[in-house]
Amino acid sequence: MFISSQNSPPSFKDFTLVMPAVAVGNVGQLAVDLIVSTLNMSRVGYIHTDCLIPMTGNNPYATCKEDAEELHTPAEVYTAAELKMAVLQIRAPIIQTKSKKFRQLLVSWIKASGFSRTVVLSSSHAYQRDDQQLQGTPLRYLVTPSLLKVSADALKDLGWKEMERVSAFPGLTDANTEPRLYIPGGGITKGLYTDSCAEDLPLAVLLLFCSEGDNIPDAFTLVNHLNNWLHLLENPSQKPNKWKIPTSWSLLFGSGIPPALF
Amino acid sequence: MATFFGEVLSVYSRAVDEDEEELGENEEDEEIRRELEEKREVNLHWSPEVSESLKSGNKLQCSDFILAVGHNAARFLSVYVLTSENWDAVGHASVWNERSRAATGITSEEETACVFYRKKDNPSVLICQATCYIAEDQLFQWTEKVFDCLQHRELNVTVLSDSSVAEYKTADYLCYSSAPFLRSLHTSAFSGQPVCQSLEQPNIVTGLPAAVLNQCEVHRIATVVYQCYSDVTGPDSVTMETYKPALTKLSKSIQLDPSPSTDVLRKFARTTNIQSNLYI
Repeated sequence: MFISSQNSPPSFKDFTLVMPAVAVGNVGQLAVDLIVSTLNMSRVGYIHTDCLIPMTGNNPYATCKEDAEELHTPAEVYTAAELKMAVLQIRAPIIQTKSKKFRQLLVSWIKASGFSRTVVLSSSHAYQRDDQQLQGTPLRYLVTPSLLKVSADALKDLGWKEMERVSAFPGLTDANTEPRLYIPGGGITKGLYTDSCAEDLPLAVLLLFCSEGDNIPDAFTLVNHLNNWLHLLENPSQKPNKWKIPTSWSLLFGSGIPPALF
Repeated sequence: MATFFGEVLSVYSRAVDEDEEELGENEEDEEIRRELEEKREVNLHWSPEVSESLKSGNKLQCSDFILAVGHNAARFLSVYVLTSENWDAVGHASVWNERSRAATGITSEEETACVFYRKKDNPSVLICQATCYIAEDQLFQWTEKVFDCLQHRELNVTVLSDSSVAEYKTADYLCYSSAPFLRSLHTSAFSGQPVCQSLEQPNIVTGLPAAVLNQCEVHRIATVVYQCYSDVTGPDSVTMETYKPALTKLSKSIQLDPSPSTDVLRKFARTTNIQSNLYI
């Protein structure tokens, strides 16, 4: 359920929504963090639901002492009105038995809000790629028919690679089994995509094959890839890096080490 | 994830279950699933007097709600508050989950329930001690059900919560003599000054305190959580005392027993490692 944090509910009419799928390496979530902190987006509301594991903390994008003490919840919506852009950040895992409910909640909220398009940032297990997926770039995309209608040319110009359908039983040539969409480690990605196809929602999935570990470089790869399409920043890959790393990314490997160790 | 030194850290949310299409479940599976879901429901049991007033549509008039999560926080209230004043037990919440004892029904009340107490001479002060394990999928429901019973106007919520110092992240090497210490986190509706430092990023709060904070943030209820980071696993008197300043703000409605008797302390601070066979 979307709850506005302001007195008047925000309008998302014709906005582009960018959201992560909680997936392997949390790449989508990290990429969304970069967008929110770089574009200095403001929070407009929460998605308050029992489908997510509760967590909370102070402002993950704090820039100074004054704005550090601000409570943030597992799922929040941010906007940059001048860019006609909204971002949904999801900070907690989805409760396994409620992933279908969560997908339905998202789809109905996206529909009701009138977003012009939705981009899901996701990832998939690198080790489960098949032979054809091993070659070339690790980035893939998927679009629903209703988005393809309006963005076909743009996607053609970008020259992106579409996510391959893989055979259900590799090595066996059975004419009866159709190749299927398979996104291992992608969380709700596949379900959200198929739901959106069925509901005729304009939605795109951008995903990256990766492994668990320090996934910060993966997040930059994915967000730069998105930027080629949406042009949120000009030349972000030029040095120095223009994406702003939020304060919440610190201490990824735990607390400081005892100085007496050396 | 392995660190520079090779130790393996468990990191939140990094392993993701494959979202495979729901396999064609048969009816029996569905029924088992439904029954399990029903069994996992959080149930609130109020005293006859309270449940009657709730039934007639009157929510509990509450100005201060103090929730203690964890053994140290709960025992702190038992030692310093509940002994010194007249309190009525007005209800409890019961949860059933994978950590509940086998379905024999022989479970001690203390372990399975979160008990609610109301002050006799000031019924708008409510205390809850939650020491049982509430599963991740039950936290939201617990919070929703409890706050559904409370009048939201002029409600102030204070949560005391236990945590291990191992979960606390800081850039400096944490000198263990500094534990136990308090950190606070509050909703935007909270206007006062917390009695301790605010919880620094990238530290987060999870579990019941997080569920309460989320609920109160979206419903604009003034709430503060005091998280105590302790290096002792069992309940101990030093950790309990850390919570003392947190309740000084509420001195109008709750009086702390300044010096609880040793007997009371001993009763509540009894060590838990008697059952441990580590050092036998």
